[in-house]
Amino acid sequence: MVATAETGVRRAAGTVPRPLRGTGIGWLFVTPFVVVFAVFWAGPLLVGLGMSFTDMRSTDVRNPLGVELVGLRNYLRLFDDELMRRAAVNTLVFVVTTLPLTIGLGLAAAVALNSGIARLPAAFFRLGYYLPYVTSIIGIAVAWRFLLDPEAGPVNQLLAAVGVDGPSWLADETLALPVIIVMTAWRSFGFDMIILLAALQGIPKELYEAAEVDGAGRWARFRWVTVPMLRPALLFCTVYSSIGFTQFMEEPLVMTRGGPAGATTSASLAIYNQFGSGNFGYAGAAATVLFTVIAALAFLQFRLGRSR
Amino acid sequence: MTRRMWTYAGLAAGLVLVVFPFGWTLLASFKPEGEIRRDPPTLLPEQWTLGNYAGLFERTQMDAAFFNSAVVALAAVAGNLLFCSMVGYAFAKLRFRGRNVLFALVLVQLMVPAIVVMIPQFVLIAKFGLVNTFLGIILPTIVTPLGIFLMRQFMADIPDELLHAARVDGAREFRIFFQIVLPLCKPALATLGLITFFTSWNAFIWPAVVAQSEDMYTLPVALAIFSNAQATQYGLLIAGAVVVVAPILVLFLFLQRYFVQSTTFTGLK
Repeated sequence: MVATAETGVRRAAGTVPRPLRGTGIGWLFVTPFVVVFAVFWAGPLLVGLGMSFTDMRSTDVRNPLGVELVGLRNYLRLFDDELMRRAAVNTLVFVVTTLPLTIGLGLAAAVALNSGIARLPAAFFRLGYYLPYVTSIIGIAVAWRFLLDPEAGPVNQLLAAVGVDGPSWLADETLALPVIIVMTAWRSFGFDMIILLAALQGIPKELYEAAEVDGAGRWARFRWVTVPMLRPALLFCTVYSSIGFTQFMEEPLVMTRGGPAGATTSASLAIYNQFGSGNFGYAGAAATVLFTVIAALAFLQFRLGRSR
Repeated sequence: MTRRMWTYAGLAAGLVLVVFPFGWTLLASFKPEGEIRRDPPTLLPEQWTLGNYAGLFERTQMDAAFFNSAVVALAAVAGNLLFCSMVGYAFAKLRFRGRNVLFALVLVQLMVPAIVVMIPQFVLIAKFGLVNTFLGIILPTIVTPLGIFLMRQFMADIPDELLHAARVDGAREFRIFFQIVLPLCKPALATLGLITFFTSWNAFIWPAVVAQSEDMYTLPVALAIFSNAQATQYGLLIAGAVVVVAPILVLFLFLQRYFVQSTTFTGLK
């Protein structure tokens, strides 16, 4: 997205006729963003960074002068914290599995919908697949917790009908995170599907015809025409989703509250819990690390995506 | 031809898996608690009842929460429509010092995880005396990077000659914006309005932090707190989930074109 945005700026800068009034009017128009960004985003980001070098606790909010500088102690503590380590590992596992699963499902759905099926059914399927994406996470959590209830839920009742003793999904340390991964992919793939579908529809038919003339089979055409033409859209899905998935928190918060025994605690959720216990300085350090990781990840993906 | 049949079959199977949680839950919300827990389960309610909904509104302040959610979402929509299009216009069509740096900041904000700024934001809101108010819930997202980006992309396609002609005629920039640019942006505005509405309606963490008394809860907050207290009262909980989800589903069914457009806008161009 940065790539297209920058070229957009360059293109616009070359052709826009200068407005009759000077540079002030532009600033007047961007004021809403400048104010909200400065007050609610840049300010808090810096405050959070500052907090991370102190021993600030929730009780210090009224009297910030009682706070002491502790240097890098909060950051060093992060690496010794069993729960934080577990949260980091959970986040890594979550991103590495959910990302390809979501994009894979989105791509499969997009390709199927673009394979020449009739217009009306295509619109119908697209509607259904996109549905979970616009639905409230807490509504989804209530539904899924009910579906997966060990006794009252239909999933285990169905399993019992075929003679399988269903587990108690969300209370099982090894199953809870996979359930959340599947749920997130289920909820998010519609978004990727729409983007990839739009990109697929933008591929000129002539490319496929030319490839066919050259003797390319179905798979070869997908590999050497579709995939390269989808690169920008796939890059966007990857960057956008990995930024979102790296900070996932609502899903475990409403499904398991991070349990059982921290098995679904994500980095964001661990930070949230530290805030909850009033350890502002420590939470600030963890938050700064998370932001750095996300920014680095986004930067790296754009670099890799553009260089090829 | 058989290949086509397989595609249809696959798509249909996928659809069943995707829609199953919605359908099952919706049907279950009309069953009495006993029937919800029955094994083997029933698909259609044997005995249709609105008891779960009645119980829900009796036990919680869901009606107040519904109103709060509507106020918050509509205010967020109004703010985003006005401000995102103003800012988007400046980035697309006006030249001013610092424009590129500012636009880079828009993209930076897109990357800042909510959790990273949440507590300083809360401290700030507290200092302004906005804890437990609508304004406190709405202000941080009154103008959003995604909205700015969307409006800028859309406005970039408006021919410069049109604006230039108006400028030559002596129209002021604000008049050009309101009388020429905005009317041309109706599809983008509809899309932005919808994204903002459903994002705001579904927002959960920040409203839970700001709203502190039950009469200020938005729907997701009310449902989350109720579900923590009544983890196994499935009838009431499911009815609550339906109340939270239904308005968005109805909007979605009627306006799906704009929903789909919204996603395409964010991804491409």
